[in-house]
Amino acid sequence: MASDTIVDPDFKVPAPERVGEEGKTWSHVIQNLVFTVDHKKLGLMYIGSGLLFFVVAGIMATFIRIQLFFPRSTFLDPDVFNRFFTMHGTAMVFLVGMPMIFGFANYLIPIMIGTRDMAYPRLNAFGFWVFFFSGLLLYFSYFGAPGLYNAGSAPDVGWFAYSPLTAKAFSRGHSTDYWTLAILLGGIGSLATSINILVTTFCLRCKGMTLGRMPLFVWLFVVVAFLVIIALPPLSACQIMLTLDRYLGAKFFDTQAGGDAVLWQHFFWIFGHPEVYILILPGFAIANEVIPVFSRKPIFGYPIMVAATVMIAFISLGVWAHHMFAVGMTSLGNTFFAISTMVIAVPTGIKIFNWLGTMWGGKLHFDLPMVFCLAFLFQFLIAGLTGVMLAVVPFDWQLTDSYFVVAHFHYVLIGALLYTLFAGIYYWYPKAFGRMLDRKLGFWHFWLFTIGFHLTFFPQHISGFLGMPRRIFTYEAGRGWEIWNQLSTIGVIIQIPGILFFVYNLIYSYYKGEVAGDDPWDAWTLEWATTSPPPEYNFEKLPEVRSRRPLWDLKHPDDPDWKFE
Amino acid sequence: MSSAELTNTDSDWKLPSQRKVGMICLILTESALFTIFVVAYVWYMGKSLNGPFPKEVLHIPWLASIALFGSSFTVTIAEKFLHKGNRALFHVWWLVTIALGAYFVYFTGAEWYHLIYKENLTISTNVFGSTFYSLVGLHASHVIVGLILLSIVVISSFRGKLDPGHSEHVEMIAWYWHFVDAIWVVVLTLVYFISVNY
Amino acid sequence: MMAVGATGAHAQGAGADLPTHMVADMFKPLSRPAEMIHETSLLVLVICAVIFFVVAGLLLYIVLRFRKKPTDNTQEPPQIYGSTNIELAWTVIPILITVVLILVTSRTIGEIQNAKLPEDALQIRVVGHQWWWEVHYPQYGIITANEIHIPVSSKDPAKARPTEIILQSADVIHSFWVPQLAGKVDLIPNRTNKMWVDPYTIGTFFGNCAEYCGTQHANMLLRVIVDTPENFEKWVADQKAPVPPPQTAQEIEGRRLYYANACVNCHTIGDSVSKGIFGPDLTKLMTRQTIGAGVAPLNHENLLSWVRDPQILKVGCLMPNMQLLDTEAEAITAYLETLK
Repeated sequence: MASDTIVDPDFKVPAPERVGEEGKTWSHVIQNLVFTVDHKKLGLMYIGSGLLFFVVAGIMATFIRIQLFFPRSTFLDPDVFNRFFTMHGTAMVFLVGMPMIFGFANYLIPIMIGTRDMAYPRLNAFGFWVFFFSGLLLYFSYFGAPGLYNAGSAPDVGWFAYSPLTAKAFSRGHSTDYWTLAILLGGIGSLATSINILVTTFCLRCKGMTLGRMPLFVWLFVVVAFLVIIALPPLSACQIMLTLDRYLGAKFFDTQAGGDAVLWQHFFWIFGHPEVYILILPGFAIANEVIPVFSRKPIFGYPIMVAATVMIAFISLGVWAHHMFAVGMTSLGNTFFAISTMVIAVPTGIKIFNWLGTMWGGKLHFDLPMVFCLAFLFQFLIAGLTGVMLAVVPFDWQLTDSYFVVAHFHYVLIGALLYTLFAGIYYWYPKAFGRMLDRKLGFWHFWLFTIGFHLTFFPQHISGFLGMPRRIFTYEAGRGWEIWNQLSTIGVIIQIPGILFFVYNLIYSYYKGEVAGDDPWDAWTLEWATTSPPPEYNFEKLPEVRSRRPLWDLKHPDDPDWKFE
Repeated sequence: MSSAELTNTDSDWKLPSQRKVGMICLILTESALFTIFVVAYVWYMGKSLNGPFPKEVLHIPWLASIALFGSSFTVTIAEKFLHKGNRALFHVWWLVTIALGAYFVYFTGAEWYHLIYKENLTISTNVFGSTFYSLVGLHASHVIVGLILLSIVVISSFRGKLDPGHSEHVEMIAWYWHFVDAIWVVVLTLVYFISVNY
Repeated sequence: MMAVGATGAHAQGAGADLPTHMVADMFKPLSRPAEMIHETSLLVLVICAVIFFVVAGLLLYIVLRFRKKPTDNTQEPPQIYGSTNIELAWTVIPILITVVLILVTSRTIGEIQNAKLPEDALQIRVVGHQWWWEVHYPQYGIITANEIHIPVSSKDPAKARPTEIILQSADVIHSFWVPQLAGKVDLIPNRTNKMWVDPYTIGTFFGNCAEYCGTQHANMLLRVIVDTPENFEKWVADQKAPVPPPQTAQEIEGRRLYYANACVNCHTIGDSVSKGIFGPDLTKLMTRQTIGAGVAPLNHENLLSWVRDPQILKVGCLMPNMQLLDTEAEAITAYLETLK
């Protein structure tokens, strides 16, 4: 199959290069990483640093769970606990979720649309380094922020940092400033990367790659990038306002001077809710590539999938206040945001059904990427349904800010996003490094992590029903929460070896994995038409396409896709 | 299998210009940023607990507005002369644009000086001060960035570094300048026409 | 859920003999708004469960039915690109479900948020502080903290005696949440929110602050003590009754120390010169069951520990260690113990 898929058969591929192997010494390796503007290296650096921050933030989560194992536990001080959950949340959203999705976008979009690099390679490198330093800045707060009178080290205001808890009066010292500036900086990186994605997809498609023929992966990232450039500026704006408040005494969120605490919530969530879709749409993007290939069928209803994505993005700009049903909006306001939130379930449902439709009548191959995608479908179903419950305002009055919400968004961000990211890593690792990830280790990872994940987060629905609020560092005995918290903590203990198997697999297979060849999954999009790993210029000769599955056309000249489009 | 089979029948494969798409994206994201500051201004209109209030201290900046709106026309005229290859008139109109923009910045500086030292309105005086300085200041900073870009163009032209291949670069800077003007329409209407009733 | 005894019941404090509802299960509502939420929630849960079983069942069926079998040939399955009719079907069904949910939701929102309470309903003003609750009874002129006493109401609308709660905050955002009585409503500085409860049974109901509000958010606990109207009136009368003056030499010395130290800056005691408003009102301190917003039962040992150094029971709380000598702390404790 491999020889068929090279677009120009006369072209001899140079010996595969690996990131960092061009130079001999460590200083060469580091120089190479620092100076590179290659979209593939930057993509891998995004994913690598995302994984690094994932491990750090995951360790914090482990400490949080240990503290909650027993009621009235004194394992962690309240301040330490509060910093941990703030840093855990902030890091997982801004330093794990965002870079991971941008990593995939960077690596894959130019190859998928048949071009040599992103539109602005240097802006791309700038975006990465700004993000990376924003992460270091955030964590540096542990060393840099402690001031006089134990004024605190790392931020401890929660990842959405409701004012006026962030005002100078309630957050002394510089911890909140580290949070604000790190997010402001990271936002600049995300904006740069998103503009780059848009320009690349609109202006650099290879011949024949019309918008209607782009892989759904690329389509979804176009939508994500649009959401980022519309929804991220509100976050930057409110960080600027908060900084003005804290340093120049402005009154934006100063409730003593006529400022309004609720305005922060509006501004934050008009970013924060599209952000949820910014994070989850890339998960869908990966599923859109993996599910068809391992079902051996094209995606069911491509145009509807695009339309549903655009609808989700559009509606997601009008649902933000469903995070604020308890702030005392009028019944009309509450009803409006309940309706908009529920309406978003319709295109989301269409997507789930289309994935099922793709699998229906196919020949399902249970390789690791597909297994993770199937788990994603199951878990996203749960996450979506708990989301519907939260949209029912009266139910939400009970559930919001309880452990039920914690369970809900972990089902979204782990159960859906992280699982598709794992699927993506198992799927494209052979492309990036030329070797397959080990199947046996991969299944150990899958089962341990899945069992641990459900054991951790399913009980949290129940502790939410029993009135346990989120973000509490301890609880009284006898409230009925002990057993659910203990199950939850045990779940984490099971997840950890799962992650260790995964990390070990990444390293082990880099050296010892089975050699993959150019097209190990017998797939259909352009990235499989080049070598594994791809040369720096991606394609010797830029390809031309005439359907959504160019490699299918090549492999099945008697039954090409373009006849049906 | 030969690559001929992949060849598309449509031989002229046209894609939009990178610069235009990039600039549109930048303008979109900047608009979103401004929207939030505008919303904050509207949200806090009439909510200040202590003075000075807008109706006491704000005066409609006729001259500065005319200068800024006029600069949108002059930059278009300058562009036209660049297209025709008339460098001298291009320089004249481009410098007029810079001068009008610079006058606008000067006006903002003078207005702020007056507000801070004569009217005692600072960013920390009340919510009006906070929202006013942040919104107008954000706009003024964009004018300054625009002036820097305009100056780069005229300096490169004087040094002979601006060739016909750069006409799209120049056009993009003009787009940015129009955007800055368009924002001023919103700011002027909101701050100087509507909020002076409070 | 009745968990009588356990750590919920304490030897002292008003209402300590009532049954406790420690496990605040939202599916066992004991008040009208909570019950309305409960009814809506059950319907939503059922709809969601049906969707879950249908879709998950379909997924399972597909996984079993269409998995590649070892006996399969290497041919690709038929390539299907989509079907407008099927797409239409699975667009319309979710829309119909959504419409049902929207109708149910908006009805319950209106019923709870726009409920008309009787003119003479008991009104309480709750002010959130880092990390305790200040409770005012404007109709009675009573101020207390952390433990809210209200009379029981009735399922019979004619006999119902709901209580209106006005929510405000003195510093950051808090949220009032007693799941078995009502859904949560935030306490936001510079704003006034309202909610109401209408409990059917007597008992002590447990709740928490539900919006993260700083270091001791976890120990901003809440008790609503629902008693018979007669007992409630008795409690009101008791709260208004004057406090007997200290008797023993130690109590008198304690009072002197109380007024000589900074205590008066933050706490109020009745009509005395102690008029501070940053800390809880201590006028009838000993009628409460707990100390430090529920962090520990109120007894001699805990009170003494608190007076000596509040940071032991509730690290990070805004009351500083007053650096008292042991004898001083004991004297002040003895004085405080006369406040009943």
